[in-house]
Amino acid sequence: MMRRMYVGRTGRRRIGRLVAFVVLIGMSALFSAPFLFMVVSSLKSRAQLYGGGPIWIPNPIVWRNYVDAFLFLPFDIFFRNTMIVCLLTVLGTLISSSMVAYAFARIRFPGRDILFVVLVSKMMMPWAVRIIPVFLMWKRFGLTNTLVPLFAPYWLGGALYVFLLRQFFRGIPEELSDAARIDGCSEIGIWLRIIMPLSGPALSVVGIFSFLEEWNDFIRPLIYVNETEKFTLALGLRMFMQMQGGNWSHLMAAAVSMSLPAILLFAFTQRYMVQGVTLTGVKG
Amino acid sequence: VFWVIPLFQSAYYSFTRYTVLSAPRWIGLQNYVKLVTDDRLLGTSVFNTLYYTAFSLPLGLLIAFVLALLLNTRIRGMTVFRSVLYLPSVIPMVATAALWTFLLTPRIGLVNIMLSVVGLNPPNWLTEPEWAKPALILMNLWTAGGSMVVYLAGLQGIPESLYESAQIDGANWIQQLFKITIPMMTPTIFYNLIMGLISSMQVFSTAYIMTSGGPLNATYFYMLKLYQHAFFDYRMGYASAMAWLLFVVVLGLTILVFKTSDRWVFYATGE
Repeated sequence: MMRRMYVGRTGRRRIGRLVAFVVLIGMSALFSAPFLFMVVSSLKSRAQLYGGGPIWIPNPIVWRNYVDAFLFLPFDIFFRNTMIVCLLTVLGTLISSSMVAYAFARIRFPGRDILFVVLVSKMMMPWAVRIIPVFLMWKRFGLTNTLVPLFAPYWLGGALYVFLLRQFFRGIPEELSDAARIDGCSEIGIWLRIIMPLSGPALSVVGIFSFLEEWNDFIRPLIYVNETEKFTLALGLRMFMQMQGGNWSHLMAAAVSMSLPAILLFAFTQRYMVQGVTLTGVKG
Repeated sequence: VFWVIPLFQSAYYSFTRYTVLSAPRWIGLQNYVKLVTDDRLLGTSVFNTLYYTAFSLPLGLLIAFVLALLLNTRIRGMTVFRSVLYLPSVIPMVATAALWTFLLTPRIGLVNIMLSVVGLNPPNWLTEPEWAKPALILMNLWTAGGSMVVYLAGLQGIPESLYESAQIDGANWIQQLFKITIPMMTPTIFYNLIMGLISSMQVFSTAYIMTSGGPLNATYFYMLKLYQHAFFDYRMGYASAMAWLLFVVVLGLTILVFKTSDRWVFYATGE
């Protein structure tokens, strides 16, 4: 990096790049500081937490905070509930969104374009407009205060995912499906045997996104669930906050635990995720 | 179909008195009239929501754009920087709220520790009415990584040849930024603007968890009010009317942005 800088365009560009690098390091420090502070604080003793000044290395490291946090509330049950909801959501989203998206991308039927506009405009509608009738519907079915309303809607296709998958399916050559059609394959067969196997990356994006969305969701569990045994992690963490508000290291331990699966998923799949954001964001 | 039916139901409810216990009773425009003329807290919640949007939306868009520009300079470790900056957007909302409640705590929270280190006298963020909204805005800026990634994708789609010919013509980087980058990015900016508008007008979870609308209603946002009417008071008709009012306002603003977009959004032709 200490190569001699010569005057001129290349030199100036190199200086520019150096400035960008330095600023990015600063910004990254700024953006990661809260997160690091969360992790560090979750391992601090009470004395160190109130020690004054930023202490970045906990001494002693108090792993016990995690144990205490877990013992305070039935987080195992919250975790199980959340996993049930998340997995059923992902499964439902993958099946239904891809079918709907395939219909929009390939099959011609009357009113297709209008329906698609309706579907996309769903993204712009305040959630409150629909949540009231939908809530009342679940109430009529006697299914509020169960986990069903949390995952069941995804079996009907999520707007964003239908949109994303449609974009992807359009890139698959039509000739493939035509050939299958000539061989007497049904539309369902084409979807299952040709489109799905070719859509691994797009389906992974949808799977990851819908998992994270459900994992992070707060509003819908808040509205539908009110018994502690049926809480998801989001509700559990909020309950913890209300009951143990001032107990910061325990609260941070709980917050880290809830964030960790999301962060790990992100870490291992970020190539796909960035791709997904790109697809939804730009090609729109 | 599954999607449209609730829409009509909700529109219908907004003209009724509906307490869940008894069937909806048609009362015409009464909900809307009461909402606009006889609800003292509506003004507060609208003001708070607009205040929040007016600061958090442009600031968020700007920060995300600058970060994306920096990332797009083909520097070493770009993916590492990108991950670090995007990470806050992956953390669950409730965990973020818990974390920031801690960060904003006087004396032991990181934000105030840092502010004291540089010699400022930091406020008691979440319990002082004039600081609670800025606190939530600050926290929201932390999650700018989401729009940043969208910008970055847009930036990478700008053809290199444009910059090359600009350099041959002797354009400096400021000229390149304003004559090439920003015009080429307007569709992406537009997308982020609309999405950001819709989400910040509906700000709910963080305020609900961190301040419950307080102190002194300083973070009592529109959606908190709506939630309270619908799921505490069970005034479904009134809450539906609120939802539709919000929808109309959001739609109006969106259309306004769309209308002006002819003037500032540049669509590349022949793509």
